[in-house]
Amino acid sequence: MLRYILARLITFVPTFVGVTLISFAFIRVLPGDPIIVMAGERGMTQERYDELVQRFGFDQPLYLQFWDYLTGVVQGDLGRSFITNRPVWDEFFTLFPATLELSICAIIFATLIGLPAGVIAAVYRGKFFDRALMSTALVGYSMPIFWWALLLIIVFSGNLGWTPVSGRMSLMYFFDDVTGFMLIDSLLSGQAGAFTSAVQHLILPTIVLGTIPLAVIARQTRSAMLEVLSEDYIRTARAKGLRPARVNGLHALRNAMIPVVTVIGLSVGTLLAGAILTETIFSWPGIGKWMVDSIFRRDYPVVQGGLLLIALMVMIVNLTVDLLYGLINPKIRKR
Amino acid sequence: MALLTIRNLTVEFATASGAFRAVDSVDVDIDRGEILAIVGESGSGKSVSMLATMGLLPWTATITAERMEFDGTDLRSLSGPARRRLIGKDIAMIFQEPMSSLNPCFTVGFQIREALKQHLDLDKKGRQARAVELFEMVGIPDPERRLKAFPHQLSGGMNQRVMIAMAIACKPRLLIADEPTTALDVTIQAQILDLLTDLQKETGMALILITHDMGVVAETAERVAVQYAGQKVEDQPVTDLFARPHHPYTAALLAALPERATERRLPTIPGVVPGQHDKPVGCLFSPRCKFADERCRQVPPPVQPPAIGFARCHYPLNVPAEVETA
Ligand SMILES: Nc1ncnc2c1ncn2[C@@H]1O[C@H](COP(=O)(O)OP(=O)(O)OP(=O)(O)O)[C@@H](O)[C@H]1O
Ligand SMILES: [Mg+2]
Repeated sequence: MLRYILARLITFVPTFVGVTLISFAFIRVLPGDPIIVMAGERGMTQERYDELVQRFGFDQPLYLQFWDYLTGVVQGDLGRSFITNRPVWDEFFTLFPATLELSICAIIFATLIGLPAGVIAAVYRGKFFDRALMSTALVGYSMPIFWWALLLIIVFSGNLGWTPVSGRMSLMYFFDDVTGFMLIDSLLSGQAGAFTSAVQHLILPTIVLGTIPLAVIARQTRSAMLEVLSEDYIRTARAKGLRPARVNGLHALRNAMIPVVTVIGLSVGTLLAGAILTETIFSWPGIGKWMVDSIFRRDYPVVQGGLLLIALMVMIVNLTVDLLYGLINPKIRKR
Repeated sequence: MALLTIRNLTVEFATASGAFRAVDSVDVDIDRGEILAIVGESGSGKSVSMLATMGLLPWTATITAERMEFDGTDLRSLSGPARRRLIGKDIAMIFQEPMSSLNPCFTVGFQIREALKQHLDLDKKGRQARAVELFEMVGIPDPERRLKAFPHQLSGGMNQRVMIAMAIACKPRLLIADEPTTALDVTIQAQILDLLTDLQKETGMALILITHDMGVVAETAERVAVQYAGQKVEDQPVTDLFARPHHPYTAALLAALPERATERRLPTIPGVVPGQHDKPVGCLFSPRCKFADERCRQVPPPVQPPAIGFARCHYPLNVPAEVETA
């Protein structure tokens, strides 16, 4: 097991170098000069411009710039933001908990609803619930996120006034960052109502962000269950006289979990990286919004470092998923 | 005293190309403690008729029967919970494919204790003890350790023993063994068959053995039902069947046995079992029967009286002089 993890970690190295290269190249092929953007409308003198070019190393050949960057990364130095001059590392980890909290809530929401729905649809295939669920899932999957978000905001925040429109916490409360997770920090603060406020702020973004994973998980669960339900061992389980709930919920679901865990893992990866739209709509102070802002500002170190860290998170999630396979189905347990 | 009585069992599958009759008015009778063999080529509906009895067919199947009784209980009108109390306990089944019939995600011990938990009033320790005892009964060495194994860690023969142990776990009164040895090595086949007949003798349960191996039939069964294309074509005690087969299909099956062959090349039955779209109007065996005439091809044959082995034939063979044919 340990050897397997180590072997997997080694395969991270080329991926890691690749991601570094891509993020490095990506921001540079975008038109626009970061120094001009930084200067804004005030403009700047030629001397000042040359000085900055030198300071950021833009006068060096690209491969040298990349080498400098790579050696920095290996030593854990992602550079500093052009704009705020704070280390990229620090900025990322100040904002990351917000994204992580939202992503975790979204994936829990998607799994808690998608998984049972998929199981029930498979068990009652072709019946009303199955058809209704599958068409809803198709709609959910193809619905534009910003439209869905605005619809929810209009109904629940506008018409009903049940939920706040933006942010993570009502301004009435103030407490220190302990974990960075609003749900936990609000409880730790001991202030009455703070936790409720955190929950209320989370509801709409969670639903919006969780909708596509929910649809994907429901569909994947259904198709995996359909495949498993026609297996011989399911017939054996029924031949023992077991209750349908046990046959479907234990014998079948356990086997169907492999593809389902895979899509859940993939969803977590895309959620971490892809909360951009949701975070922008709900002014959620996470890394999605941070990345978008940095791209517009041509803040090279932030974009490069941010992409790299996101890729790292995705790789860790994928490794976790691989390790889960062996726990679910011992037949594919790695020696 | 009849344990299982089935009259006129018909099973139809809804398929993309219309209804397909896999079992066609089959009768099954078995007494307590009896060993019945059901033989027939692949696709003759042996498995489907037994799965229908167990209530294990997929939802695409439509089952009709005039009578379907197990020990006085009408299986046709059984509610879900009542059926679940019966199957796995009083009627148990062993399946064709031992490797795929066990759940790969759970240890074999878990799967056998689960069967015990479902039907018997044993505590945790009692279940473990019974599981060990069952593994010993079916000849699995080192039972404590094997109980912790997953199916993929055991051989096909071992898995089939596990399946047998699981089936007899709650002392069934009827055990249906659906080709329990086809997927196994020849050497293992004999062991498994011996095991089944020994268990049958010890426990006095009735045994339905599905097979297409006439050799196996001769060695183990007391009575034989021959099935062809979804119909039962003959039903006789085993010695009588081997001595005087009445249906030409049975006769052809026996002639194909290596030890009965008179020539150097084994005789075979030309042609194949009719499928969904090429079922003849008359006798289903007529296209392959060397005795068939126009009547056979046009008119479905009657079922002959018990003295002629219930043969479904216009011209049964080896009819004793004093018996009238239908
Ligand atoms: N679920 C199903 N849907 C449609 N047709 C089926 C289904 N199950 C079985 N059949 C068909 O019913 C017929 C009888 O099948 P069955 O499995 O009973 O044959 P068998 O006598 O057990 O053969 P074998 O010796 O190969 O096990 C076959 O033609 C098969 O294709
Ligand atoms: Mg079969």
